[in-house]
Amino acid sequence: MPYNCVVCVKQVPDTKRITGEAMTPEGTVNRAALPAIFNPEDLNALEEALAVRELFGGTVTVVTMGLPTACAVLREPLARGADRVVLITDRRAAASDTLATSYILSCAIKKMKADIVLCGRPALDGDTAQVGPQLAEKLGLPLITYVEQLVGLKDGVLHVRRNIGNGWEEVSCRLPALLTVMETANVPRPPAVRRLMKTKKARCVAEVAKAVEDQMPAAAPEAKAAETKKRADELAKAGLLIEQWTLDDIQADLTWCGKSGSPTKVHRIQAVVLTGGEYHEYPPTDDGAAQLISALIEDHTIG
Amino acid sequence: MMTTMTQVNRQGEVWVFAEQTDGALSEVPLELMGKGRELADTLNVPLGAVLLGDKLDGLAEKLIAFGADKVYVVADKKLAAYQASGYTHVFCELIKKHNPQVCMFGATAMGRDLAPTVASAAKCGLTADCTDLQIGDHKAPGSDEVQKNLLLQIRPAFGGNIIATIVNYDRWPQMATVREGVMALGEPDPARKGKVVKESVDLSKVKFPLTILKTERREKKVNLKAARIIISGGAGVGSKENFKLLWDLAHCLGAAVGASRAAVDLGFIDHDHQVGQTGTTVRPALYIAVGISGAVQHRAGMCESAKILAINSDRSAPIFGIAHYGIVGDLNVVLPKLIKAVRGGASIEQAAKQAAH
Ligand SMILES: Cc1cc2nc3c(=O)[nH]c(=O)nc-3n(C[C@H](O)[C@H](O)[C@H](O)COP(=O)(O)OP(=O)(O)OC[C@H]3O[C@@H](n4cnc5c(N)ncnc54)[C@H](O)[C@@H]3O)c2cc1C
Repeated sequence: MPYNCVVCVKQVPDTKRITGEAMTPEGTVNRAALPAIFNPEDLNALEEALAVRELFGGTVTVVTMGLPTACAVLREPLARGADRVVLITDRRAAASDTLATSYILSCAIKKMKADIVLCGRPALDGDTAQVGPQLAEKLGLPLITYVEQLVGLKDGVLHVRRNIGNGWEEVSCRLPALLTVMETANVPRPPAVRRLMKTKKARCVAEVAKAVEDQMPAAAPEAKAAETKKRADELAKAGLLIEQWTLDDIQADLTWCGKSGSPTKVHRIQAVVLTGGEYHEYPPTDDGAAQLISALIEDHTIG
Repeated sequence: MMTTMTQVNRQGEVWVFAEQTDGALSEVPLELMGKGRELADTLNVPLGAVLLGDKLDGLAEKLIAFGADKVYVVADKKLAAYQASGYTHVFCELIKKHNPQVCMFGATAMGRDLAPTVASAAKCGLTADCTDLQIGDHKAPGSDEVQKNLLLQIRPAFGGNIIATIVNYDRWPQMATVREGVMALGEPDPARKGKVVKESVDLSKVKFPLTILKTERREKKVNLKAARIIISGGAGVGSKENFKLLWDLAHCLGAAVGASRAAVDLGFIDHDHQVGQTGTTVRPALYIAVGISGAVQHRAGMCESAKILAINSDRSAPIFGIAHYGIVGDLNVVLPKLIKAVRGGASIEQAAKQAAH
């Protein structure tokens, strides 16, 4: 019995290379100014979906929400074998918090007939752990978090082992369901080099339009539009057009999207400064060690 | 799906989700009682605990001893094992009925499953992994309106490079999760008085889609949170064998052994020993960091230690930025000297004690 899997992936800011312009004056995140990378844990969700397809047949669709530049995280799944990738991009979705994001994703997934929805590990250590569970609630799907192992899948009933922090449990559930996948669940297969070369060229329409704009800035708008259409058609024929959906395409209710759909607001942002107390240094010698230990004893810190 | 939206209720209570498993309370809700007490007192409203499950004997009393004014209890066989659907339904029904203004959850496996689901159903905001919670005023950019007495949800963001304070002023309750160990556990007062409010919620129409086939729980191998002294090793220790130096010093000092994530990932020591953002948060009297660079994720779990001693061969390691004591040098040289010094010190002390008798 084949299963249709939908994997939600996200582009995450590369927090190791943050700059001062990371926040806008309004206090929202200026994602455009941050180097973005594929959320590594989402690869485990993708791998699980690819494994299901391999064993039982079906399809793997990958969806993300973001600026057209987020297509970068959709080329990767294409290279790894996804059947279809979808970008939800819309100015009105800007400044969405997790509640609005999960609402928008739920509208998109409702159009996809998913048997299994997979999200990356609800980043135990990352920035939010919320989209997976909230998406399940919005879709009315059973939620299975922290999946460590897919034990079995038979006649539409899924059997998994999940991590519960201080141990594990095995649960079964009739599909459809939403799973969040731990990084320990699998080792993602590397993309095949041939596919990688090919899918590097995949683009969404907004990216094509931008390239046309850059290459023929002086051309008439009609000419640009015609050129964009021509290139997009060529990409589609080669299976390299990344589908691009707006909030209208997924019939999203705008009150629940973007700023108005986001109850959480940034109140304040502060830079982190290291503050130590008084600092005493001791040399790495026998004497130094002895002095340090007596200082700690005098302090009543040890002894 | 549920389309409740709770209005801003200034008289609303402060709530803590009292996570329990098989009739035993988790530690986090007890830690959250201390913070909850503080918030409730500032707002001048009662502190409530929400206790869901099946066999719950004695738990409400314990929650009251730790600071609850009221404990809302929903006991039902269907709630014996946690499932998002049932717990969310009950929690949302209680929210609808009582209109709390703040709901706090431990950021445990269960809390991280439940809190976002409740926030989604109640269409309210949620901030995960808060490191502090306060009450304060907020003025939205471009607006003159001041929102009074909001829950300030404080948490590191962007890999700890910034501290963000989040508010949620129009769609309440204001919800937050807090990791285990972040809030200090208070002293229980068995004489405290509180009210146990038994609630019943109709579960006949709620689906419980998961069948739980098998559960296995294990005790943590170490209780770092209870240790007065912790000596932690990092990648710099170099090998599992070399970690023995740390264990030796730990034995001399009566300390527990901790580790950085790098040391855990390298297989020097079990994950139970990991200190930091994805490990345990500790605040011992003395924290000794050996061969640990002091990455922000590590500091997040130990920077509130009363005293920090850093041993590192690299003078520019960030750990020295928060240390009170430091030795710049090779740990393979320094640790044996410290062990010797402690052993020497101990024998001097003993000698002094004996002399005094
Ligand atoms: C999302 C996320 C969550 C994370 N969570 C955690 C967490 O919970 N806990 C955690 O610890 N980390 C966590 N990390 C990892 C963290 O970023 C660091 O990578 C890690 O803390 C580094 O460990 P370390 O200091 O042992 O290793 P390194 O950074 O490699 O430091 C080793 C240190 O040892 C010193 N050294 C080397 N040889 C010697 C010697 N012979 N004598 C003395 N000193 C020596 C070096 O000078 C260096 O300072 C997390 C990272 C991410 C991205």
